[in-house]
Amino acid sequence: MSLKNNLHNLKEKYKGKKMAPAFNAIHTFLYAPNETTHSGSHVRGADDLKRTMNTVIMALVPVLLFSMFNAGYQHFGAINGFSKDFSLVNDFLTWDNFWIGIIKVLPLVAVSYGVGLLVEFIFAVIKGHEVEEGYLVTGMLVPLIVPVDLPLWMLAVAVVFGVVIGKEVFGGTGMNILNPALTIRAFLFFAYPTWMSGDKVWVHDAVKLAGGPDAISGETILGTLAQNGNMTYSISDMFFGFIPGSVGETSTFLILLGGLFLVFSKIASWRIMLSAILGALVMGFIFNGIADAGWISEGSKFYSLMSFESWKHLIVGGLAFGIVYMATDPVTGSQTNKGKWYYGFFIGFISVMIRVFNPAYPEGVFLAILLMNVFAPTIDHYVIQGNIKKRMKRLKNAKVIEVDSSKSENLKAETV
Amino acid sequence: MGLLSKKEAGLVLDPLADNNPITIQVLGICSALAITAELKASIVMAVSVMFVLAMGNVVISLMRNIIPSKIRIIVQLVVVATLVIIVDQVLRAFAYELSKTLSVFVGLIITNCIIMGRFEAFALANGPWRSFLDGIGNSLGYGIILVIIGFFRELLGSGTLLGFKVLGDPIAKTGLYSFGYENNGFMIIPPAALIVVGIIIWVQRSRNPSLVEEN
Repeated sequence: MSLKNNLHNLKEKYKGKKMAPAFNAIHTFLYAPNETTHSGSHVRGADDLKRTMNTVIMALVPVLLFSMFNAGYQHFGAINGFSKDFSLVNDFLTWDNFWIGIIKVLPLVAVSYGVGLLVEFIFAVIKGHEVEEGYLVTGMLVPLIVPVDLPLWMLAVAVVFGVVIGKEVFGGTGMNILNPALTIRAFLFFAYPTWMSGDKVWVHDAVKLAGGPDAISGETILGTLAQNGNMTYSISDMFFGFIPGSVGETSTFLILLGGLFLVFSKIASWRIMLSAILGALVMGFIFNGIADAGWISEGSKFYSLMSFESWKHLIVGGLAFGIVYMATDPVTGSQTNKGKWYYGFFIGFISVMIRVFNPAYPEGVFLAILLMNVFAPTIDHYVIQGNIKKRMKRLKNAKVIEVDSSKSENLKAETV
Repeated sequence: MGLLSKKEAGLVLDPLADNNPITIQVLGICSALAITAELKASIVMAVSVMFVLAMGNVVISLMRNIIPSKIRIIVQLVVVATLVIIVDQVLRAFAYELSKTLSVFVGLIITNCIIMGRFEAFALANGPWRSFLDGIGNSLGYGIILVIIGFFRELLGSGTLLGFKVLGDPIAKTGLYSFGYENNGFMIIPPAALIVVGIIIWVQRSRNPSLVEEN
């Protein structure tokens, strides 16, 4: 008997019992359920919620693999020095680098999925509904947006908080106001700031070695700039992601590929991505203008970040990752096409603003997205009201033309 | 209860759970968010409110027939203000450190909606003994929530209870801290209190679904 039949039998056996949702979830995650209709006039779409979620995960796999290598690359680079003539195969794609990824990044993924799905299963069993797919993507996003050395128990606590308070209290998947992955990050940020910010946590072992003779730097580019420090990374390093940062946020190149994949598979909204990039650029241009015009002195603590070319904001820090994978969350983002433009624009705009003005948060993307998550329904409301008003006006100005009663239609409204 | 009739006992006991001023009537939230980072401050706040509310209820109840209804709010404010000043002076005299922690929030008891709410809703229409019991009951209901919030926020946020290091010493790394445990900084900031209140409301209403409002 095949696995599918086994699972189906299990499902039948537990039907109507308390644990039924748990078994149903395993069955339908792995296979199409047996109960699908096979005849009749039904539209059979392959892109149900599980496929949608899996598509996003597929877009995240390259980022995850890259981040596993990068964890080791940054670790050994900080200890032994980065080699002058960088070769991708000899310096980056090495077994040593990957091993650091296996022992540091994979546990984060495992804890995120293990704890998160456990909470989901418990809630499904208590509430007696089917397990929802919402955590499939969240569970993959969470390990990618935390520092590599984050203690696993902290991640577990944050995941429980994020899933319960961020999602389940609102009614589960599809009902949440805030992006659960970012809720988890925000919780970690405010609960354990020493593990979520500063100049050590971004490179493996930098915290452990700090203060000793072998101390290494774990500073991100934005952190360096916030302190008016000298930044040594080249533009291609920033674009391809050979820089320290949260686990999966560094490689703008792979994020871009993932983003294109999501846009062409019509999972994510290109409007949000494009307008967020525009928003970041506009804010960046304003700051560049202020710095160029000499309105702030070079000694000002904002100078480095203000004079940082606007387009470079897109390739450092978590902006790209946030725009592609977080801002486009269909549940927490704006639903109307026009609303998506405003929503995305302000995400980019506010992200860069927080980066420059708040030295305590060198990375403002997650705060900007959470803020706009809260405003998304308001934006939609005004877009819809605007549309209604426009149509009411059109109706008011409509001329009613009398037509010969001999014709079949008596009245015809013509818009002006 | 021999001492209290059934109805009088209800005045004290109802606000503890099914008619709780914080979780059911959603009054007095500001102070519940502001001063509950430490258990000690929560307890002192609860006792202060109990004094003000019980005494205030009695005073208003005694005066209820002579207060012109047009200026009753002003009269109520004078009564609360007098009592709050007494509390404030006592705290400054006998617990100076604590009164500094509570800072303006002792003075802000005046604006605690529970107090004016009970004056308006109860003391103006009932005798002194019942008003006293109502004041005790409501301030106990308020206090119990404050103590629950304070307990969790101090335990998780600072690792202490009433100042005792119950989880070990975070600097010397003893107790739980030797395993890598760290205090949760989120619990120190007021938004955490909002979430704890929310969880209490959630637990209470899922245990007793009749409390859920219909909208």
